[in-house]
Amino acid sequence: MSATTITTRINGREQTLRVDNAELLLDLLRDRGLTGAKPSCEMEVCGACTVQLDGLPVSACTTLAVELDGRSVETVEHLDAGGELHPVQQAFLERSALQCGFCTPGMVMTAKALLESNPQPTRDEVTHWLEGSICRCTGYEPIVDAVLTAAQKMAA
Amino acid sequence: MMLPSDFELHRPATVGEAVALRAELGEAAALYAGGTELLLAMKLGVLDYEHLIDLKRIAGLRGVTCAGGELRIGAAVTHRELETHPDVVRELPGLAALERAVANVRVRAAGTLAGNLAFAEPHADPPALLVALGARVVLVGGEGSRELALEDFLVGAYETELGEDELIEAIVVPVGAPGAVYRKFQVLERPAVGVAAVGNLVGGVFDGAPTVVVGAVDERPVRVGAEMLDGAALDDEGAFAALAEAAAEAVEPVDDLSGSEDYKRHLTGVLAKRAVQALGDV
Ligand SMILES: Cc1cc2nc3c(=O)[nH]c(=O)nc-3n(C[C@@H](O)[C@@H](O)[C@H](O)COP(=O)(O)OP(=O)(O)OC[C@H]3O[C@@H](n4cnc5c(N)ncnc54)[C@H](O)[C@@H]3O)c2cc1C
Ligand code: FES
Ligand code: FES
Repeated sequence: MSATTITTRINGREQTLRVDNAELLLDLLRDRGLTGAKPSCEMEVCGACTVQLDGLPVSACTTLAVELDGRSVETVEHLDAGGELHPVQQAFLERSALQCGFCTPGMVMTAKALLESNPQPTRDEVTHWLEGSICRCTGYEPIVDAVLTAAQKMAA
Repeated sequence: MMLPSDFELHRPATVGEAVALRAELGEAAALYAGGTELLLAMKLGVLDYEHLIDLKRIAGLRGVTCAGGELRIGAAVTHRELETHPDVVRELPGLAALERAVANVRVRAAGTLAGNLAFAEPHADPPALLVALGARVVLVGGEGSRELALEDFLVGAYETELGEDELIEAIVVPVGAPGAVYRKFQVLERPAVGVAAVGNLVGGVFDGAPTVVVGAVDERPVRVGAEMLDGAALDDEGAFAALAEAAAEAVEPVDDLSGSEDYKRHLTGVLAKRAVQALGDV
């Protein structure tokens, strides 16, 4: 197996790793116990595997693990690192924006990336940004509500 | 899960190094940018390479510049960068709007415009508008660099004029077109039909025939003759009906998951009309 040595930051922790070139980011994360990002469609369609790479949402299912080199990745597990839920997580709870919860880590990471680049999105902007994040339980309205609630919380 | 087969990863720092690798490794190597097409195909085992040449670490391929009436888009520039870049938003709002509706936010964050054009998947958005705007691709290879009209670069489904030792260095798009609009219809991940219109209205009347190009239907973008609109007003129903008919006849659709032949002809006509009418709003 061909491998590459990379230096990266995973959920705030700097580390040097040796990764197989053919390894996918989703597996690297899940093998380290970070199982919030999930394999589902595995073709960049559904968003269940979404993580933030240097702040932007990417499909970990179709990103090479070596792409972490020199970059920083954040997963849903990191959001309550300070002991408190992130405002997006808090808003999902308050708005009952989850049913089975399968899509939730991806939705939360996608929403967080939106609010970091556009802190006061309109409802249409939220909907547009979340296109490509599929909720199998189809509870889209409360999810959009939750993202707008989170935006208000973060502005306050 | 791993990709089914192992490969060497090369990360050249300059365009020259990338071209040298391409010449040395030949068909055993693929150029690799966002990977949104390539990695999917490799996962499925449809494509298989012993070497990937990563273009993302080449500083010379980054960035968008605007000078001399042209936008120059480096090959490593992503859809997301184009959607948000101030020069693109100001000079070519129609292109920024098109980019904003490509795929989903994750594919836009990773996928590049150059990768989109090089892959030449027929169900793509940018080619129609870029052809209508007269965009060119800058190719660089062992023998130096050359420029081709995008329209000539795109040969067919998954087929381009890219030489074996070449790569796309940049895409050059003339700015200053009075209006440039793209309208698409899409129910799946990719467009079923997309129509671009570039043209100018003076006092509510078309000043010359607009340029109309249909994408995503045939293997490559198709031009529609729109002479009937030269001198026509925005509410000239007869001229627009003739345009819709000409557009529906210009394409050669095949039945597929995006729709039947008839349905796609119909959509093409409707979207051609809408795209050209929308020139009145820009
Ligand atoms: C779920 C999904 C939805 C999508 N929806 C849309 C859509 O709505 N509209 C649309 O237009 N597209 C869509 N796409 C296609 C999208 O993948 C491309 O637009 C993307 O930008 C490809 O670029 P990349 O950088 O990821 O290319 P890669 O996957 O890295 O490469 C693609 C091909 O281009 C070659 N290549 C890459 N860079 C260069 C270069 N500089 N010179 C020469 N060859 C090069 C590679 O060797 C490879 O053959 C979608 C894709 C997915 C997965
Ligand atoms: S599993 Fe990655 S997008 Fe669906
Ligand atoms: S809550 Fe079940 S998939 Fe979204």
